Amino acid sequence: MERFEIVSKRVLAERVNEYVVYAPDVARHARAGQFVILRTDDEGERVPFTVCDYDRGAGTVCILVQEVGYTTKKLAEMNAGDRLADFVGPLGNPTDLSGYERILLIGGGIGSAVVYPQAKQLAAEGRPADVIVGARNVSLAVYTEEFKKLARSFTLITDDGSSGKKGFVTDAARELFEAGEKYDCVFAVGPLPMMKAVSALTREFGIPTVVSMNSLMVDGTGMCGCCRLTVGGKVRYACIHGPEFDGHLVDFDEAISRSKMYAADEKRHMCRLTGEVR
Amino acid sequence: MMDKTLRNALPAREASERIKDFFEVSPGFSEQTALAEAARCLSCKNAPCMKGCPVGVHIPDFIAALRTEGAQAAAAVISADNNLPAVCGRVCPQENQCEKFCIRREKLGGSVSIGALERFVADHAPETEKRRPAPCGISVAVVGSGPAGLSCAADLAKAGAKVTVFEALHKAGGVLEYGIPEFRLPKAVVDKEIKALEALGVEIRCDEVVGRSVTLPELMETHDAVFIGSGAGLPLFLGIDGETLCGVLSANELLTRVNLMKAYREDAVTPVPRGKNVVVVGAGNVAMDAARTARRLGAEVTLVYRRSRAEMPARAEEIAHAEEEGIKFELLTNPVRIHGDEKGFVCGVTCVRMRLGEPGKDGRRRPIVVEGSEFDIPCDELVVALGTTPNPLIKSSYPDLPTTEKGTVIADENGRTPIPRLYAGGDAMTGAATVILAMGAGKRAAKAILEDCAPRA
Repeated sequence: MERFEIVSKRVLAERVNEYVVYAPDVARHARAGQFVILRTDDEGERVPFTVCDYDRGAGTVCILVQEVGYTTKKLAEMNAGDRLADFVGPLGNPTDLSGYERILLIGGGIGSAVVYPQAKQLAAEGRPADVIVGARNVSLAVYTEEFKKLARSFTLITDDGSSGKKGFVTDAARELFEAGEKYDCVFAVGPLPMMKAVSALTREFGIPTVVSMNSLMVDGTGMCGCCRLTVGGKVRYACIHGPEFDGHLVDFDEAISRSKMYAADEKRHMCRLTGEVR
Repeated sequence: MMDKTLRNALPAREASERIKDFFEVSPGFSEQTALAEAARCLSCKNAPCMKGCPVGVHIPDFIAALRTEGAQAAAAVISADNNLPAVCGRVCPQENQCEKFCIRREKLGGSVSIGALERFVADHAPETEKRRPAPCGISVAVVGSGPAGLSCAADLAKAGAKVTVFEALHKAGGVLEYGIPEFRLPKAVVDKEIKALEALGVEIRCDEVVGRSVTLPELMETHDAVFIGSGAGLPLFLGIDGETLCGVLSANELLTRVNLMKAYREDAVTPVPRGKNVVVVGAGNVAMDAARTARRLGAEVTLVYRRSRAEMPARAEEIAHAEEEGIKFELLTNPVRIHGDEKGFVCGVTCVRMRLGEPGKDGRRRPIVVEGSEFDIPCDELVVALGTTPNPLIKSSYPDLPTTEKGTVIADENGRTPIPRLYAGGDAMTGAATVILAMGAGKRAAKAILEDCAPRA
């Protein structure tokens, strides 16, 4: 098999696909929390995706992709047997939750893909975590069956209540905190506003919190500085210092503003893909 | 009577034309001009020009070969010492190297245009069939495919070594590919040099980040020697307020988006900021490249530098070309604060005026703030081009790698690190410098590797 070939593709939820890619060098070194950068074709842009699983023996790496922009739409058109132009990694630092015993994992939307390998690892280490997954509706939630097996307790909460529980992940977390659950650490991954809200909540309860920052990137190796953010008053690079940071120190408003830097360009590209008039 | 024929300068396209596109600024010498310029070389026996060349090109010999036998013969002379002549002819700071020592410089019409002649030779010599040398039994891993790595790989391959080059990006060439713009160094030229290297049997593996997808110890285990030529890719920022605003970016980011990702094309997928009023901070070659790139993307550009013109580190030609293209220089000026609008986008920068004081440790006069001289420059994009430092990725995955406080790899002048079979050179060892110095380091390391690893008879 050639490197970067898509071994399998699975639809996990509406517009959410799981890809298993043959990339032996990446698989050999990958650990939970790290990411890859891929290009679909020679004209493509470089886009980072979190590693959500890997199989060292088979030399494969698994990523989860939600169709939201130009490249993710292009990816959605690719299938098993197709080959990506590039798939480089593992980049960034692995998650380190080694110092904590009681852990709450919170995944918002596609962020559950980042939380999943943690749940898996913590379960394997004999200290299963509590898991909260939030989604807009139940059809968008991913890895729910896996979480049920791996987690100490599992809560699925949706914006529209279609999962049986209505609200945001912060509502579910507050419930746990107020019920007297004690945590050494909260690990939250999802959209920036969600991580901001979780960090604000855990600050209130005084619980150390780790978030995974999905900044815009070009090279992913520290070369361009595109992914920089302010953490505790210091400028850090998500690609080489992160992607995980202390949620209580991250300047989320700045990160949100920077995430929209190329919003207009992205819209223009989507028009080209869908044939819409600009 | 002494021949005082004036130097033929490299022709350049009209500034008003060239700022509309990314095509090369100079078309190069015509054959007629090249031969006329070659005729100006006095073929000095002691060849003072050669002592200015970091790779020791036999300059009078190649010029004589051009004169008498043509470009192909001249190319053969150059390629004995220089693995990337088409690149060096374009980007070397010749005025501080070979041309600085040319005997004609002061009184005989100006130095021979050695760089322009080198470029002419490289561009006009027909490609020759590369014969793969007989294997010498040594296998070497080269980290990075920039000038140091390519040069090292070429010399090793010519000696019959099995060479694999590991490149982190999706395209080989390092700074030649992502950093130096198309209008100064067409990517077709870089591609040609890389194809020539592959024809020698060198394998280039892109998408391999040493320290991440493959580690240094792994490479040491599977090869007889490893050369680190990973460059100095980490951009420095100013460390002032407002530097994380949208529209504030490193020159590396701007140049990578434009050069590597082709963001200057209308149909490019990768976006790039297209400010109307761009401030570039710095005055090295990278600052000039960034300023001229922004200009071509449609901006009015102001270049801010804290020292005076005499201290600007860029090549003379780049400074001249930037000025011709309408880049405004605000010298003896330093940014102190960057301002943003309500959406988090940059809208201006507060600067102070500077004056030059006594020379500092590096011998350059130190800039001192003129009190009460604050003023604002409105802008919608700000590019920081203050230089770069070595990437910490390799070190972070291999803490035993001997490095200085600045993060540069420790090695002797032949590239030998304190660790046996591990070599380094170029910006990774020296900190940010020039293409040709990196190439020289790559060559010396190749020689050291061949000496150290040669199978004992």
